[in-house]
Amino acid sequence: MEGFASKLVDLGGPLLLGATTTIAITLSALALAVVLGLALALIRLFAIRPVTWAIAAYVEVFRNTPVLAQLFILYFGLPYLGPKLDPFTAAIIGLGLNGGAVLSEVFRAGLVAIHHGQREAALAAGMTPWMTLRYIILPQTWRITLPPLGNYAIALLKDTAVVSAIAAPEIMFWARNLVTSTFETTFVYILAALLYFCLSFPLARLVEQFERRQRAWQ
Amino acid sequence: MAEPLLRVEDLHKDFGSLMVLKGVDMTLDRGHKTAVIGPSGCGKSTMLRCINYMEVPSRGHVYLDGEPFGERLVDGKFVRMSEKELALQRAHVGMVFQGFYLWPHLNARDNVAIGPMKVRGMPKREAYELAEAMLEKVHMGHKVDEFPERLSGGQQQRVAIARALSQQPKLMLFDEPTSALDPELIGEVLNVIHELAVEGRSMVLVTHEIRFARDVADHVIFLHDGVIVEQGPPDDVIAHPEHERLRAFLRQIMDH
Repeated sequence: MEGFASKLVDLGGPLLLGATTTIAITLSALALAVVLGLALALIRLFAIRPVTWAIAAYVEVFRNTPVLAQLFILYFGLPYLGPKLDPFTAAIIGLGLNGGAVLSEVFRAGLVAIHHGQREAALAAGMTPWMTLRYIILPQTWRITLPPLGNYAIALLKDTAVVSAIAAPEIMFWARNLVTSTFETTFVYILAALLYFCLSFPLARLVEQFERRQRAWQ
Repeated sequence: MAEPLLRVEDLHKDFGSLMVLKGVDMTLDRGHKTAVIGPSGCGKSTMLRCINYMEVPSRGHVYLDGEPFGERLVDGKFVRMSEKELALQRAHVGMVFQGFYLWPHLNARDNVAIGPMKVRGMPKREAYELAEAMLEKVHMGHKVDEFPERLSGGQQQRVAIARALSQQPKLMLFDEPTSALDPELIGEVLNVIHELAVEGRSMVLVTHEIRFARDVADHVIFLHDGVIVEQGPPDDVIAHPEHERLRAFLRQIMDH
């Protein structure tokens, strides 16, 4: 029993440290993805053709290639062109760019779901297009997109495991290192899986709450 | 002669090859009420929507209080104004839509108050007082905290009218305000509009309710195929129509 406890401490410590990195990467990449996704969705709705085509191309390329390949290109490929990113930054930018592509479609769906009369009523009331967006359209878009956004956040949290491939020091990175040094394969990976579960389960409940609230509002 | 409140000049609107308005002229003096009637697709809603530039006319001009609406005169030429300038002008014109279009994320009070707060920069407390007074006016004072989805169609439309009134508009535009309502809910909305008419508000009303148009309006325009076919006092236009097309239209409506 004592052996188990000390093993737990020895192996759990680094994994917990990795969990803080996982959380940091998830939150940062999510923030980047939300800002980018919303901006792209808005620009795509209002901009001229060549711009919307460029955005559509970006979205399709990022949605239809593995995020691992995108991370490798960013981390190993980019230095040939100029800047060398550290793993942590590369992970955030890579997942953020990928998430931006995914979320731009989510936001676009949310924006087009709003009846054109909502906008017209705001303009008729003397609101500028900006006020209309800010006070009428975005609050409604937000409510529509919150559940898919939450589901994306849960998926992202688990997908951060992939950035261990570029040596970003998150849970899986530490797990692999521990396995190499201790050969406690099963124990380490179960512990790692448990950690992911402890992070994503509460998040999933939170998303459920949002969904319930949204149904009540509709 | 004093400048009328509203002057519409040679209004044309086409959507691609579809000519919806083919040269409409009208004026409205302060405190007057004009009803626009006509068959579906005759262009009456488009005409109303051109008045506050929800649709940009293809040709012709709109003047509110003698000022070009949606345009500015630069060196004798009309130039589209910016969205910001247009918003300032639109604030003087209240519009009520067939589909109500209340904002579902705001309760009745906020639906009415948000315009004054954001457009005119009115302090929240003052805007709420105004909103509650306007909701009281449309007999919705007991529902200020309700969200739109909890209101009947007639109640939603009355809130929408309060919302337009909160702009303290010079002119009210009603775009078939009862067409989307169940028959038993039409009366409550017409009553409110009638009260506003009695108050002496200036309004242009697009409607299928011929009897109501006759009661409320002091001028009726019959629009057909994008042009005004007949117009005048309701007792002439509705009771003694001259044109065959208007007679046929009225027969159809009355039979209905």
